[in-house]
Amino acid sequence: MTDMSLPQTRGRSRAGRIALRWLLYVILGLFALYYLMPLFVMVTTSLKSLEEIRTGDLMSLPRDVTFDAWATAWSGACTGIQCEGVRPFFWNSVLIAVPAVLLSTLIGALNGYVVAQWRFRGANLIFAAMLFGCFIPFQVVLLPMARLLGLMGIAGTIPGLIFVHVIYGLGFTTLFFRNYYVTIPSELTKAAKVDGAGFFRIFWSIFLPLSLPIIVVTIIWQFTQIWNDFLFGVSFSQAGTQPITVALNNIVNSTTGVKEYNVDMATAIIAALPTLLVYVVAGKYFIRGLTAGSVKG
Amino acid sequence: MAPILDIKGLYKNYGQVEILKDINVAIDPGDFLVLVGPSGCGKSTLLNCIAGLEPITGGSLHIDGRDMTNVSPKDRDIAMVFQSYALYPTMTVARNITFGMKVRGVDAATQDRKLREVAQQLQIEQLLSRRPGQLSGGQRQRVAMGRALVRDPKLFLFDEPLSNLDAKLRVEMRTEIKELHQRLNASMVYVTHDQIEAMTLATKIVVMKGGVIQQIGTPSEIYNTPANLFVADFMGNPAMNLIPAKASQTGGETRIEIARKDGAPIVLTDARTRDLPADVIIGVRPEDIAEPGFRASQTAQHAECTVDIVEPAGADTFVVMQMGGKQVTARLHAETTARPGQVQQLAFDLGKVSYFAPDTGQRLN
Repeated sequence: MTDMSLPQTRGRSRAGRIALRWLLYVILGLFALYYLMPLFVMVTTSLKSLEEIRTGDLMSLPRDVTFDAWATAWSGACTGIQCEGVRPFFWNSVLIAVPAVLLSTLIGALNGYVVAQWRFRGANLIFAAMLFGCFIPFQVVLLPMARLLGLMGIAGTIPGLIFVHVIYGLGFTTLFFRNYYVTIPSELTKAAKVDGAGFFRIFWSIFLPLSLPIIVVTIIWQFTQIWNDFLFGVSFSQAGTQPITVALNNIVNSTTGVKEYNVDMATAIIAALPTLLVYVVAGKYFIRGLTAGSVKG
Repeated sequence: MAPILDIKGLYKNYGQVEILKDINVAIDPGDFLVLVGPSGCGKSTLLNCIAGLEPITGGSLHIDGRDMTNVSPKDRDIAMVFQSYALYPTMTVARNITFGMKVRGVDAATQDRKLREVAQQLQIEQLLSRRPGQLSGGQRQRVAMGRALVRDPKLFLFDEPLSNLDAKLRVEMRTEIKELHQRLNASMVYVTHDQIEAMTLATKIVVMKGGVIQQIGTPSEIYNTPANLFVADFMGNPAMNLIPAKASQTGGETRIEIARKDGAPIVLTDARTRDLPADVIIGVRPEDIAEPGFRASQTAQHAECTVDIVEPAGADTFVVMQMGGKQVTARLHAETTARPGQVQQLAFDLGKVSYFAPDTGQRLN
């Protein structure tokens, strides 16, 4: 008899819990709607014809779905006097982002390994200086960097842009790897030294295999930064080496006559697709990597 | 016999701070040297210096006659077992054990043969394809030992290898290490803060404090004739009783008088020691205070003492009393009749007594 009352009270509180849970879902759903609204407008607008955009409602679904705007954006839209779409600029961005991401991640891993595991005189000072690099507003370095690129003979080239992105990515990548590697017990390095392994052997055989979560975090972070960069792209490029962000700006700003909203929207989505893809593919590692603590040996 | 390890005048500084001061130690092949001391005494730093993982500030270090002072760890022909085991987390047990040989370019057939030998020796054959994360503490300990054994080095170094294990396993592994030492007849240097580990394993003990060697000796020397108050207090459990007393010369004997606040002083005589200063600290092991006739000794002298606390410990019963303003522990047999608050007749055996100067703490006899 006594246990009859127990399920009842538990039932009541369960009903309360379910209500609370639903309230939570509703609130989260509203937030998600709010955040997805611009994307919805962009996607629907890109699939409408100009005629329909002029006459229809911003929020309505397209009556006739057409991919004309996407085709124009990819290979026909005009940036200034050129009308080749964003395709060449998209490849420029790929050619800049991929090597720059890989290089800055690799060098950051080495830097972090040195600062965390091979303590030397002034290690803290050097690390502090690199951290300081994370907080410098990039506008400050535009002129000196332009001069440096000129002296190196790579001004306005894709290698020049890769160089700039690697340099200014190192602060963050070093920070990421350093914070990851300080959680690895220094006895591991000592054991490997007694085993006869040298600096690079220890890095390659012991530290890199441990680093997958932080490598993913760093790649996502760096790819997002470099792909979305506009300031360096517009400052240190010339015709033929401009990244997609600069092209997007030019397409949107340099149309004459009628504003082709559908083409603008399609271009913007194309420009954003790669970063979106990276987050979808590697997003769960990103969360895991950011919260990764010490390594159990 | 030439020493396998010979350390002369070793100093180690971190900036201005002296971590190790004038360390001189030599051990013969087959010796089991234990560095023991409280945390922060520099024993692990000394081990790292022997391994070459820490550069030394002054002095010299020879292993098997070769000057290793500035030689890198990999060329010292040593193997080391770490407190956290330091197994490579992403490698299997087999690859952990063979990593050193792989780095040194040993051919695959030899690697495999040595791996099998060591795995069989340590009974870890069934673990070879696992990763360290899938092993228990004791298993990791064995793998770490395997990684050292496979090297077949001149010198084994152990940095508190048992302190991460639970009490039962620690005693088992301690016996196993001792057995290993006897079987291989290898030279070993072992760091611990546990004085029982030091006593049971060592053929030679170095007691350290504040970066300075306090005493070097066999376990029996360290236990029976501690060089100063620190060693006397640190080695042994329960600790040696260190009681302030007055000494005076009467004829051929030394008269020792221990004050008590609840009655007449205890007076003992020692015919074997002469010329002590008036104020001394007398050091008596708990087992040298017993019931009359229980651990009979010719030098035993009887006195009546009031017992404060009785602590049965299975094989023995410890009783605690007040003497000379200090708590004094005596080791009585398990079925003793001593009861708290009652007067107990006790026999003091001064055959192994130590005397220390109260001001310097140095041994006097």
